Amino acid sequence: MRIALKVNGERSEADVWAGESLLSALRGRLGLPGSKNACEQGECGSCSVFLDGTLVCSCLVLAAQADGHEVATVEGLAGDGELHPVQAAFVEAGAVQCGFCTPGLVVATEDLLRRNPDPSDDEIREALSGNLCRCTGYQKILDAVKLAMAR
Amino acid sequence: MSATATESATLERGHIGEAVRRHDAIPKVTGEFAYSSDLHAAGMLWGHTVRSPHAHARVLALDTSEARAMPGVHAVLTHEDVPGQKTYGLEFPDQPVLASDRVRYFGEAVAIVAAEEPEQARRAAAAVRVEYEPLEPVVDPERATEQPPLHPDRPTMGHGYRDDPRPNVVRSIVIRRGDPDAEGDVTVSGEYEIGQQDQAFLGPESGLAVPDGEGGVDVYVATQWLHVDRDQVAPCLALEPEQVRIHLAGVGGAFGGREDLSIQVHAAMLALHTVRPVKMSYSREESFVGHIHRHPARIWAEHRAERTGELVSVRMRILLDGGAYASSSTAVISNACTFAVGPYAVENVLVDGLVVYTNNPPCGAMRGFGAVQSCIAAEAQMDRLAAALAIDPVELRLLNALEPGGRLPTGQVISGSLPTREVIRRAAAIPIPQAEELPRDVIRLPGGAGNTTRGDGVRRGIGFAVGFKNICYSEGFDDSCAARVLIAADGRSATIHCAAAEVGQGVTDVVLQVARTELEIDDVVLASGSTAAVGSAGSSSASRMTWMAAGAVQLACRAALDERERTGVAVDVERVYRHPRTFELDPETGQVAGERAHVAFAVSAMRVVVEVDVDLGLTRVAWIGTAQDVGRAVNPLAVAGQIEGGTAQGLGLALMEEIQVRDGAIANASFTDYLIPTFLDMPPVVSELIEDPEPDAPYGVKGVGEPPTVVSTAAIVSALRDATGRELSRVPVRPDDIVGL
Repeated sequence: MRIALKVNGERSEADVWAGESLLSALRGRLGLPGSKNACEQGECGSCSVFLDGTLVCSCLVLAAQADGHEVATVEGLAGDGELHPVQAAFVEAGAVQCGFCTPGLVVATEDLLRRNPDPSDDEIREALSGNLCRCTGYQKILDAVKLAMAR
Repeated sequence: MSATATESATLERGHIGEAVRRHDAIPKVTGEFAYSSDLHAAGMLWGHTVRSPHAHARVLALDTSEARAMPGVHAVLTHEDVPGQKTYGLEFPDQPVLASDRVRYFGEAVAIVAAEEPEQARRAAAAVRVEYEPLEPVVDPERATEQPPLHPDRPTMGHGYRDDPRPNVVRSIVIRRGDPDAEGDVTVSGEYEIGQQDQAFLGPESGLAVPDGEGGVDVYVATQWLHVDRDQVAPCLALEPEQVRIHLAGVGGAFGGREDLSIQVHAAMLALHTVRPVKMSYSREESFVGHIHRHPARIWAEHRAERTGELVSVRMRILLDGGAYASSSTAVISNACTFAVGPYAVENVLVDGLVVYTNNPPCGAMRGFGAVQSCIAAEAQMDRLAAALAIDPVELRLLNALEPGGRLPTGQVISGSLPTREVIRRAAAIPIPQAEELPRDVIRLPGGAGNTTRGDGVRRGIGFAVGFKNICYSEGFDDSCAARVLIAADGRSATIHCAAAEVGQGVTDVVLQVARTELEIDDVVLASGSTAAVGSAGSSSASRMTWMAAGAVQLACRAALDERERTGVAVDVERVYRHPRTFELDPETGQVAGERAHVAFAVSAMRVVVEVDVDLGLTRVAWIGTAQDVGRAVNPLAVAGQIEGGTAQGLGLALMEEIQVRDGAIANASFTDYLIPTFLDMPPVVSELIEDPEPDAPYGVKGVGEPPTVVSTAAIVSALRDATGRELSRVPVRPDDIVGL
């Protein structure tokens, strides 16, 4: 089936099969592999994107459900030649190791700071507890979120 | 050492010892970084693997006709289609590329499929008909040596190990020193069990194989050692090594789980057969059977000491379940045995180690590599001894600390750096935060958002542990790393080739920092890793890559500068670095045959505060403080990251991570059922870096990735014991164990 949607502000179309996830369509058909495929069952947050401004696991959304809607992915966060403040903070704080969780965490952090510009440490931990990271032990990610807040 | 918002100034281009921002951080935060699962090639097909649903069975018949006739399918291959050697293995070629007459573990590969679309490949794989005759699986490692052999040809024998004729022995080791029967004033004994842990790297096994049109193939894959992949893949394809080029694709974590092959031969076979690029990418469920795991262990220990606390003798028996294939089990059992006592001086030792074949999931390398399991038992024993002697546990460890000049149970004298006392003292001196008052946000109570307690029934416990481990390969292995340095004609820029696998640990930055330091050139790039461009780097494992890559790049840079001074033109120089030689252990006594079996060591101590709801068995790790011997911190920001992340993996093993195996089958192959620590599970970690340079290493560096994982499980369980008063001799510690059900 053919779907038409807006991705990172641009109109896109893709042929997908009925059971295909939005994650699979983004990665395989729309040339946007930044959202990651770590568990594909909504447990790890690596595939986090915005669907009409709401944070979702794109592995749990059918591509067909996004037909006619707006999707924003990690690829759409940075401006021309300039990192988004959350991205810059992750780079500076050493919050990136293997980086496979990073796109999802960057998107989820952006969502948190939009909703709550001044979260406590506990609020940060809870808001990001749906994003698994296997490398960092989360401490540098906490530092990064606080650095992004400070800016 | 954690950077705070105000002190996070890090450098983009640094030298040795400076806090450097990761070279690859920007593409990783923007989503542009190409992981192995992101690769794409024009006209590519998707591969999928048919796997055994049985842990042990005879394969009676294979019928691929239905699958081959399905839409979009280009190939369905079985063992008959393997062009060359039918088996492979990291150290012993005992594992079939595709099973022929027998499967030995749940999830073993039986056939492979290539199709236009991933879903077509999955459906075709499901349509491959395999007729099995289930066999009685060997599932109890304690009985494995009395059951029919899974590998009658005994692939690990004849390699200088102890000749052990019992069936299903992968390797047995005896380390005997002094008089293990020597009596002390006090004896403590215990039995310990360690569950099976998964590396659970987030990036699934994946890669792309591209035929070169001349009979060869390029494989782009997430791996830990490019050249050893090539040396296993080429014979299976009946190709010369030069015809198989392995290129490093973006690696989404490794932790030992990418030392063994996964998709490499399969994707290459499909690509060569279809003459099309073929991509393979495992699902999370498949990933649980797509790589080896940490060995489950059973350990029996008896420690004897004088009334003063001085250790008199240690006797241990260590049993590891190796699963269906050997992988690196022979080295893991060696590590488990040589570090069994911990970093303590004791003259009388008997360690009896055994790793066996079973039909359980194959086990091999995982961060800590045998030392984790031993540390859990050894440190529990030290706590028991301290209690029996009424000596402070930290004091008991200081009293017995192994230091340079001391001797390991293998007879090896510590000739380099091992600041055990300093590490213990520094960790013990980190101030512990005050107990938080009640009431408080439930997020900061055991059970968390589950809202199970207001604080009643919650007890605080404080634990301490010390662990150590070898750096680099051991037991006579010819451990080397190559680096190639090209300096431009104008002398103002340089390109480095080094096949060291960047798996997230930051070795790329180490290479660049060394090159900038040595060449005094700012404009340095590291070319992407490929077997076609430079010699082997060895593996990103054994906490060796920083040492080995730094050694190789330093050597090649200095040679390049020499040559440039002589010639004055552009230079291209490759050099191979080796660390000091190591020697085998005597197969009957476990005593080292030369100066040393391990080249160097790193020690770590950790203090942990937990809170435990003793009614419900729920836990919260409230705080961790650690001091680690790091030799010299090449990039302090990355070192702190390794300590925090390595600690988190140990916390997972202490509290939640275990592969549930039933009759050889994995019952929890998902992140829904196999839990790894989340943001809410990890407390703040205060880390102190002890920089005691290693005399034999470039710049005095030591590896830093493994020690935190070795020590943290032991330290957390120590704190849980303190809180509950229970023995807690099995990890992960379950709520039932805490409540005493």
